[in-house]
Amino acid sequence: MSTSTDQGSSGSGDTRHQQDPAVSDRGETVCVIGAGASGLTAVKNLREHGFDVDCYERETGVGGAWNWRHDRSPVYAATHLISSKPFTQFPDFPMPDDWPDYPHHSMLLSYFERYADHFDLRRHIWFGTEVVRVEPAEGERWDVTTRSTGGYGVERTSRYAAVIVANGHNWSPKMPEYEGLADFRGEVIHASAYKDVKQLRDRKVLVVGAGNTGCDIAVEAAQAAAACWHSTRRGYWYAPKYVLGRPADQVNDAALRMRLPVWLRQWLFHRILRLTVGDLTRYGLPRPDHKVYETHPIANSQLVYYAGHGRIRPVPDVARFDRYDVELTDGRRIEPDLVVLATGYLPRFEFLAPGLLGDEDSGRPSLYLNTFPAGRPTLAVAGLVQPDSGIFPISHWQTVLIARALRLRRTDPRRAEAFAERVRSGVGQRYAGRVKESSRHWFEVGHVDYLRAVQRALDGLEKAA
Amino acid sequence: MSQGGRLRIMRGKDWADPVRPARREVREAVPETAGDRPPVLFVPGYGYGAWAFEEHWLEHAAQRGFPAYAMSLRGHGGSEAVPDATLRAYAHDVVQVAASLPRQAVLVGHGAGALVVSRALARYPARAGVLVAPVLGGAGVLAANLRHNPFGTLPALFGARVRWRARQLFSAGLPAETARGYLARLGGAGGRAQWQLLRPGPGEPAVGDPRMLVLGSPDDRVVPAAALNRAAQRYGGAPLLFPGMGHAMMLDARWREPIDAILDWLEKLPPRG
Repeated sequence: MSTSTDQGSSGSGDTRHQQDPAVSDRGETVCVIGAGASGLTAVKNLREHGFDVDCYERETGVGGAWNWRHDRSPVYAATHLISSKPFTQFPDFPMPDDWPDYPHHSMLLSYFERYADHFDLRRHIWFGTEVVRVEPAEGERWDVTTRSTGGYGVERTSRYAAVIVANGHNWSPKMPEYEGLADFRGEVIHASAYKDVKQLRDRKVLVVGAGNTGCDIAVEAAQAAAACWHSTRRGYWYAPKYVLGRPADQVNDAALRMRLPVWLRQWLFHRILRLTVGDLTRYGLPRPDHKVYETHPIANSQLVYYAGHGRIRPVPDVARFDRYDVELTDGRRIEPDLVVLATGYLPRFEFLAPGLLGDEDSGRPSLYLNTFPAGRPTLAVAGLVQPDSGIFPISHWQTVLIARALRLRRTDPRRAEAFAERVRSGVGQRYAGRVKESSRHWFEVGHVDYLRAVQRALDGLEKAA
Repeated sequence: MSQGGRLRIMRGKDWADPVRPARREVREAVPETAGDRPPVLFVPGYGYGAWAFEEHWLEHAAQRGFPAYAMSLRGHGGSEAVPDATLRAYAHDVVQVAASLPRQAVLVGHGAGALVVSRALARYPARAGVLVAPVLGGAGVLAANLRHNPFGTLPALFGARVRWRARQLFSAGLPAETARGYLARLGGAGGRAQWQLLRPGPGEPAVGDPRMLVLGSPDDRVVPAAALNRAAQRYGGAPLLFPGMGHAMMLDARWREPIDAILDWLEKLPPRG
């Protein structure tokens, strides 16, 4: 997906002078980039802590990834949540009681729209405006250059006291490289281009990737396509969405609440899966090479079910593409006419100069609590987490912490400096027990470990000096 | 402005064991022309229902330009009967209704409804909080009730509902027949929730730093003056007093004075934005 911001810094702003009269000074106002879930809660919590806010949103509505009208939205017609309501809703704005445990994506959009209206957030948002550049200015302030989405009109530069980046991380597709892919005559799409089941109807579909998206699309293909192969690199645990008659994440958190050690929770979960699903290899699925909780959890009750009905044929990794068929790593050849690459997304911050987020060495940001870069006390990122749970409660508490840390700079610079020190010593910390594939999922967090760390940081801010 | 204490973000109970929904009664009186006034949600105390506010305050608030709503807690008024209701479930009901309103709402709690509101404020960033003749729990209220109404209060210790006397709730200015009518409409809270009034636990601080107002009557025979002062102190102020009124300020003969005071105070709130 090519986007208009790809041209990024082609403007003439690099030589802009600090005193340039064209820069409009917004005083103590804070800039929020993006009006998706994380951006909205950033605006709300900053307002609640007494800040003026300008929020820039490249689309014409709120909801970010969850607004199917947006060209960057990855949702498809049947997208449902994979975490149940208590883990998905903002902690201070519950979803209605009469919504189901796992709402549909259209409900989620209406939830964000109601959130924006309830807290009167829209008047702080500049819709149809994309951020081109964010550059440091004197006094730890920031020059933010914007223009109309699509690159029309003139660029405007405004100076802000702080910038909160909430541009999401599920919009820039990660495309894998395969030998022969360019010559393959069938259709190849990334999962982000999958919108509706009619794209699958009566076709022979190969779905690559065992993330939650890949599993969901494989299940859709099982119901509509002529054939469905599901290619995964390894065996996974497929956690049902309900266990013991309750949403599975609620049952899991009941065990977490009792502070059961991870080995006991693993034993319990294996036990439950053994009793309900049984041996995965019976369904032709590869045996998991790890214990549950060691990879990003997959919540899918139907994948195993359709494998048991022969509607999903589990296959190993793709070795190479030929003109008319696909060779798998076990030597088998299959002939799909549609390949869906559910291979994930990459976070991108093309409006920030490399290095600002501590990403000069590894190319990926190095942050404290996945939020604060070292040595940049007025820059923060919200929502850059891949939790084993819902993301919005985490964004909420991140932005509460950001707002309080920024407020502390006004009210108590000495303690604010102590917090900055804490950021410096804490960058790069991980909050995800023992997760495999940590090189790939560097922003994976366990929601309990992570929120405990946020709680400690909040307590640290409140402590009397 | 708000109650002290530490903001707690680990909410294992809310996550693992969310409150089971129950159908709720919500009455509303909305002004004909939409203005910029925040919606006001009235939360009745134990035994009362939305009807207690529908009698006078709801319409009065709407006439003064405030979109006004009154709810019944589960097991009260027209809401679904839930025998084992807890304080947590009541607070859940209030947060659900508040979040369903079009704009950020003001929460007004009366009696034990004030305790419910104080719990709801820890889960919903209200525009403001108003506690009317608040029963925030503790043995003091029990002692006062045993003194003024021993035979009506004692059975409550064994799970039955409190049987109120007219003179506890209303001033002499309210016609006896009207008072009897109101008394007949009173129900009771769940046994567990009633017990929780004695030791409600510490609670959590309000989120969003709402402005708070506490009001009551020195002649209230449910809430002793000391308890009223303590409640006001907890929220950093002194109570607004309406001498001569009974506990049920929204139903008593001079119901107009406290609601006008509340709405005046709301009109003077600094704008949020």
